[in-house]
Amino acid sequence: MTTRIDTRFAELAKQGRSAFVTFLMAGDPDPATSLEIIKALPKSGADVIEIGMPFTDPMADGPSIQAAGLRALKAGMTLKKTLELVRGFRKDDNATPIVLMGYYNPIYIYGVDKFLVDAKSAGVDGLIIVDLPPEEDDELCLPAMKAGLNFIRLATPTTDDKRLPAVLANTSGFVYYVSITGITGAATADSSAVSEAVARIKRHTKLPVCVGFGIRTPETARDIASHANGAVVGTALVDALKNSLDVEGRATGKTVNAVAELTAALAQGVKGAQQAAE
Amino acid sequence: MNIAKPNSYRSGPDDRGHFGIFGGRFVAETLMPLILDLEKAYTEAKADPAFQTEMNGYLKNYVGRPSPLYFAERLTEHLGGARIYLKREELNHTGSHKVNNVLGQIMLARRMGKKRIIAETGAGQHGVATATLCARFGLECIVYMGAVDVERQQPNVIRMEMLGATVMPVQSGTRTLKDAMNEALRDWVTNVHNTFYCIGTVAGPHPYPTLVRDFQSIIGNETKAQMQEVEGRLPDSLVACIGGGSNAMGLFHPFLDDPSVEIFGVEAAGHGLTQLHAASIAGGRPGVLHGNRTYLLMDADGQIQDAHSISAGLDYPGIGPEHSWLHEVGRVNYLSATDDEALAAFQLLSKLEGIIPALEPAHAIAKVMELAPKRPRDHLMVVNLSGRGDKDVPQVGDILRGKSK
Ligand SMILES: Cc1ncc(COP(=O)(O)O)c(C=O)c1O
Repeated sequence: MTTRIDTRFAELAKQGRSAFVTFLMAGDPDPATSLEIIKALPKSGADVIEIGMPFTDPMADGPSIQAAGLRALKAGMTLKKTLELVRGFRKDDNATPIVLMGYYNPIYIYGVDKFLVDAKSAGVDGLIIVDLPPEEDDELCLPAMKAGLNFIRLATPTTDDKRLPAVLANTSGFVYYVSITGITGAATADSSAVSEAVARIKRHTKLPVCVGFGIRTPETARDIASHANGAVVGTALVDALKNSLDVEGRATGKTVNAVAELTAALAQGVKGAQQAAE
Repeated sequence: MNIAKPNSYRSGPDDRGHFGIFGGRFVAETLMPLILDLEKAYTEAKADPAFQTEMNGYLKNYVGRPSPLYFAERLTEHLGGARIYLKREELNHTGSHKVNNVLGQIMLARRMGKKRIIAETGAGQHGVATATLCARFGLECIVYMGAVDVERQQPNVIRMEMLGATVMPVQSGTRTLKDAMNEALRDWVTNVHNTFYCIGTVAGPHPYPTLVRDFQSIIGNETKAQMQEVEGRLPDSLVACIGGGSNAMGLFHPFLDDPSVEIFGVEAAGHGLTQLHAASIAGGRPGVLHGNRTYLLMDADGQIQDAHSISAGLDYPGIGPEHSWLHEVGRVNYLSATDDEALAAFQLLSKLEGIIPALEPAHAIAKVMELAPKRPRDHLMVVNLSGRGDKDVPQVGDILRGKSK
């Protein structure tokens, strides 16, 4: 079956350009502002939207994204409200793919089967679950595939050629290459290492390969996008959001624009790149 | 609950690291190759007699094993029931059972050629043990510790620094053990190429719960032989405190298939089970955190809740996966003791036996005070005295003088 993700990457391939993928935390800094921000993303140039599901213990995230999750939780965000957020977005946009990213426990507690039904009906297209490696595919990956959702796997610099087939086996939608060993928002991606890694992954799969972690500026975004099918930016957007808040961490009149403006600048960077040759 | 009784309680986990539905490997992809390497290195080490011989040498001459099994005559008289024996893990070098596991993991790290060691610590005992063995073998040592715990376990922070370790106070989340573990995992994801993560309890992704249990099983194996020697038979009951559950698993595991032995694990009930506490089995349900599925304290949305215990070493919202399984199959009884009960037990043992226990095993002693009087005089009860109270002396002193709560 074809998902919004497949359709979007096929369109972009036709145009010969890479995807700009944005990440923000659901409910940051509060559920209403978060919906406005998400709605503003496609207009500012986001091709694919990743939405973080807040979790108290995000063990692979850096301080910015950790803090974003805690802001959202403090504002009363839950997994149920995250799905409502997607439903709200879908009222005006039926084309932009939405990928939920996070950790397994809230989904496990929600109930896997119920979650998949609710996520699909809310308009979610794919899932990235950081703490579910292929060794735990029975938990969520295989049921998600059955439910018609893409399960997007992370490949990392430690995923060698021997392991790649296992990582790619049940992956669909796209492959998310984590350009550094480390947490979100830490080091800057090294473009020649990324280009080598993307080429290596492409020897094993026909799926689009998007690269994330360590992209903060339009220049890096352009550079990475020229080596991959997509560039993912999270921490920089989350930081722009945070910097627009008042001293108590509440949204201000500047919040939505702060994110939209950086999104537009980054999107210009990505769109300036030629897509990597197949 | 409708769970089939296994033929053996000692055969787990399966090859994917599951104890029933518990355990597993819920970690970021970056760590998976290393975790698979570790499993392979451990399997090879177990089969290598040289590894065992070398380890036994250090256990005897550096750690000071075997630890005594001591008949607590005055405590027995005072409680008026079971004959109470203390397994004296507090006499080990560095003052707790933690060193048994750390020795094993450091020897594995050496086999794997890793020169940088990271650890998380709550009470600081695991941190001190890790810093000690890193000093002994010339390895770099970084210990993550919640900022709250850095405050309340100062003596151990100073010890770690004297041993040459870097203590990293963790400011995120609740600033206790769970956040120290998150931070250690973040470090590991970042430095996976040269770093060995020395986990302090029977938790985390497979194979950690198994290898830590195996290294700690020396406690139960010695107890079995020592009890045979003094009383000519098996003990009738075992009692141990549970943070993650490593000292308990070490004592219990060799006895799991001896049906005559009653087994009790004691969680920290903090201010009480309806208030702030750290009793994951009594007050939690199965979820996924820190690489494994196990009983966890969490809210209705699956967010992890703050744990509380007077004892920094028990202040963790989870428990090792094998304990979750032993609870569900009904082999081990999980009880809990409050802060106040632990404080009372701390004082009782100090005054009656001249042994100042750590606040962690004081929770086990608290339940012995309840269980022992109800048992006949020929009942043999073993309590794991997992650590000594030196680290807690300033904190308990303040409480007893009414300076803090
Ligand atoms: C003396 C002592 N006992 C028990 C514990 C709890 O750990 P575990 O449940 O793994 O034995 C600690 C942890 O710091 C400790 O220091």
